[in-house]
Amino acid sequence: MMERFYNPVFVKELKLRFRSFKSFSGLMFYLAVICIFIAGFLLITTGFTGKGFFKPETSFMMFAVLTILQMALVLFITPSLTAGAISSEREKQTLNILLTTTQSSTQIIVGKLLSSVAFLVLMLIAGLPLYSLVFLFGGVSPSQLISIFLFYLLTVVAIGSIGVMFSTITKRTIVAMISTYGSIIFLGGITAFFFFLTVAFHQMGNTALGTTTSYMAYFWASINPGALMLTLTSSSMGDALAQVSGVELPVWISYLIVYSLIIVFCLTIAIKKLRANMKSNR
Amino acid sequence: MIEIRDLTKRYGSFTALDHLNLSLEEGVVFGFVGANGAGKSTTFSILATLLSPTSGDAFINGKSVIKEPKELRKLIGYMPDFFGVYDQLKVDEYLDFYGASYGIGAAERKVLIPQLLELVNLTNKRYDYVDLLSRGMKQRLCLARALIHDPKVLILDEPASGLDPRARVEMRDILRNLKSMGKTILISSHILPELAEMCDEIGVIDNGKLIAHGNVASIQAQLQGEKRIVVKVTDCLNEVRAFLEEDPLISSIDVIENRLEIAFNYRGTDADQVALLKKAILANLPIYALSEEEKDLEDVFMAITKGADNQ
Repeated sequence: MMERFYNPVFVKELKLRFRSFKSFSGLMFYLAVICIFIAGFLLITTGFTGKGFFKPETSFMMFAVLTILQMALVLFITPSLTAGAISSEREKQTLNILLTTTQSSTQIIVGKLLSSVAFLVLMLIAGLPLYSLVFLFGGVSPSQLISIFLFYLLTVVAIGSIGVMFSTITKRTIVAMISTYGSIIFLGGITAFFFFLTVAFHQMGNTALGTTTSYMAYFWASINPGALMLTLTSSSMGDALAQVSGVELPVWISYLIVYSLIIVFCLTIAIKKLRANMKSNR
Repeated sequence: MIEIRDLTKRYGSFTALDHLNLSLEEGVVFGFVGANGAGKSTTFSILATLLSPTSGDAFINGKSVIKEPKELRKLIGYMPDFFGVYDQLKVDEYLDFYGASYGIGAAERKVLIPQLLELVNLTNKRYDYVDLLSRGMKQRLCLARALIHDPKVLILDEPASGLDPRARVEMRDILRNLKSMGKTILISSHILPELAEMCDEIGVIDNGKLIAHGNVASIQAQLQGEKRIVVKVTDCLNEVRAFLEEDPLISSIDVIENRLEIAFNYRGTDADQVALLKKAILANLPIYALSEEEKDLEDVFMAITKGADNQ
């Protein structure tokens, strides 16, 4: 039974990943950044009040900022783990041998993606004890935390799929990495810029907010990971967006649909292009 | 066992393979000879299901490289001319990974790996990291990897390339062993004499075309029919030379004075050669030995490809 679900590429990649110093240092860097942030936040907030206590509202603020920071870190780390998935095999001249085995293109691509995602999940889990500090001070519900982690996972898989796709269609890892970071800048930065631009244009044409619907503004917000995290951490953010865009549909639903489509599209391309020199991709 | 039909591969205007046809029986060791860029690696890549032909098809055990690549991969073990290894895998993990990649169960892999390592003389390196092995050891490990699923056909692209003489001899011994196991082996090498002693059949490829195919002897026979004969004398080099010049079947006479030898091309039959020898004895010429110069595969290759260029 276990043999049926055994993916050799996944197991091999995990072995290689956990043996490399790069992974260890990456995990250390990630935890160090979160530690420094939390310690700094606690020191500054308690220092400012001068009373040595921590209000639930402040705890919630820490949670919100930590959520955005963690998302930024995940977006920053994912390309480095996935953009070399296939191109590094090509550069190391191991790909041809791998392609002559009886593993299907789907098995190889999924194995590569899952191994990267597994490492990122480990990172997120390793950060959980630090993240859980917010529970000490209240203001955040466990269901909120779970939903945020599920959306982290979705984002990681989507960005990972983009990385694996570029890694398959480009010959060099560096090109794949630049392309993946470019996609992240688009999803995380340019969409935010377009959102504000669309809202501004929309408001120029309408005097009262919420009187008309701007699907474009909603679309840009719904594919932005930062916007999603803000609406997930604070329902008032979701209400504000609904008021600005005139669309009542929660952002997480559109985000789930768009990012699922990204995953399907990128993995399909990667699977089709893995054996690009063969007419059949089996 | 292997059937290549009208295999053509074009890259833009460049034709790497031009209507290649080849048929090989099971258990044959086939040597593919050709200059760099002649089309050997392209043929091997197509057979290994890494490359689609522009036209034509190739079959191994009746499976088409175009229509049934996955089924065909079970039948072949491929060793490319250039290959890398995973830095942080140990030798047994490396083989275990590829064994699993061919769908071999964990229990079976445990039994197979020591056997394969013994076959390629790497038993003592089982727990070493792959990237720390020497070039020759990596080549042998790659061969073990190609054998892990017990393929019927081995496709070895320049397996002795870059190896020192000892590693080359070791590789040759392993291949002999595999031949005795009944594997069909396709092997390319630019070191031609190596192939001559190992291969049952040889194919010469030039500019994407198979210009000769057969055993070494038959390919030699395809040459113009001229033999290169060497006579050894005790003295009177000039007299012997004058005698040979009179024969209309003799050409290209070279006198090697320091060794008291004369070499010449002879177009006659074996009976003509007997008559020539008799005539020389009757003429009292001091000839003490007459022998046919052995043409090695390199000469054959040079002669055939030169002929192809002139066409």
